[in-house]
Amino acid sequence: MRVVEKRQLLSAEEINRTLQRLAHELVEKSGGTKDLALIGVRRRGVPLSQRLAKIINAFAQVEIPVGTLDITLYRDDLSTVGAQPVVHSTEIDFPVDNRDLVVVDDVLYTGRTIRAAMNGLFDLGRPRRVRLCVLIDRGHRELPIEASFIGRTVETSDTEIVEVRLQEIDAEERVMLVDRVS
Amino acid sequence: MLQRLQHLLGIETLTREQILFILEQAKPFQEFQRHPLKKLATLRGKTVAIAFFENSTRTRISFATAAARLGADTMNLQAESSSVKKGESLLDTVRTLEAMRPDAIVMRHSASGAPYFVAERLEIPVINAGDGTHEHPTQALLDALTIRDRKGKLEGWNITILGDILHSRVARSNIHLLSKFGAHITLCGPAMWVPRQLESLAPGVRCVSRIEEALDGADVVMVLRVQTERLHEPSLAAEEYILLYQLTQERLRLANPDALVLHPGPMIRGLEIDSAVADGPQSGVLEQVTNGLAIRMALLYHLIGGAAADAPHPAKERNNASD
Repeated sequence: MRVVEKRQLLSAEEINRTLQRLAHELVEKSGGTKDLALIGVRRRGVPLSQRLAKIINAFAQVEIPVGTLDITLYRDDLSTVGAQPVVHSTEIDFPVDNRDLVVVDDVLYTGRTIRAAMNGLFDLGRPRRVRLCVLIDRGHRELPIEASFIGRTVETSDTEIVEVRLQEIDAEERVMLVDRVS
Repeated sequence: MLQRLQHLLGIETLTREQILFILEQAKPFQEFQRHPLKKLATLRGKTVAIAFFENSTRTRISFATAAARLGADTMNLQAESSSVKKGESLLDTVRTLEAMRPDAIVMRHSASGAPYFVAERLEIPVINAGDGTHEHPTQALLDALTIRDRKGKLEGWNITILGDILHSRVARSNIHLLSKFGAHITLCGPAMWVPRQLESLAPGVRCVSRIEEALDGADVVMVLRVQTERLHEPSLAAEEYILLYQLTQERLRLANPDALVLHPGPMIRGLEIDSAVADGPQSGVLEQVTNGLAIRMALLYHLIGGAAADAPHPAKERNNASD
């Protein structure tokens, strides 16, 4: 099996513009920034959440707390993956009780990652509200989960993969649609 | 590439990379101990057999708690109340346990090498929770984690181990582990417990008879429990041991000012260690206990389900990449 790039979904410039819009939407729809905190899901949700906080800081002059969530221990497929994945740290150094949380991830697909993320968050306390912000929503949900903030909605087929490349992790910046050909 | 662990039998045969990997994997579990809700479903439906053919309270509780916090169930076998008393062989006992289909077995045995014997004959991962006077690998790992947390790194410290080194599996596992990280290890205690041959156990080990000399310049002082049944006239009386080898505040001043004091427990205050030291700011005794849970959770998670350090993170696999 190999993969071929079909088309580019977002350029570096478009990623930046999308994040700018998402950051404004986030503050607007939250009625301010009181109790607001962002939770980046490892891995690519982490730089995205940090960038959103930075953008908000630039226009609203507030420091939004940002945490990092590793969902490995909450996955529902551990018994089927064969080899156990490596666990990483969850770093949320503020109490989540009564917080207005926004979970940030790169791609929303089956919804299983977000289900795992919510289990992880509720082990830490009782947030007042949890919403979801994603850069790409590619459909094919397997759980009743939807995002409150969406960068771009993309029609995809089962065999296609949305690949998000971010400077902080991949040393390049773009979003691609790739396909598997056997 | 990192060699995948199938069992944890001893420290001696582990590589530096494997040790560092386990310490790294313990980090998320350390932070987990601070969660208000200490229960994961990660190993739900898995069973850990805890077979102790020798008395122990703390290690057993630590393993049972680690399994419970990962969502696994435990089966307990205690030698005093079991068929072992009735004359069943070790192999028959563990085979019986295995027939109940646990996913891993944690065992302690008074015979050195017993877990190796069992690991060769069972299909499931075996974790050595202490075998005779040989090894106690999870203790060395939790000590290493405590040293790294408190001192910032693991490499190159002057480590002093006090007490009955000869009969101590804790000392042996610690010597093997720390030696791999370039430690200068000083062993000190009564001559009958610190034979010179121990110097050939690993690189960087020396034996010293005077505690003052042993403590001079130490960065970490590990105090071992003294088994009172081994202290008797005429060879060595308890009062004599206290006089010559007890770690007191005054003696601790000979070590480096920020030296860390460790004790595997159970501690006998007033015998091998003075209360002021045990409760003092340099003591890492209670952190050792908490870190023990983190290490044991990391190991159970890693070993059950065929965990592999070099396996690709499933989230990075192509078909899941966009989840």
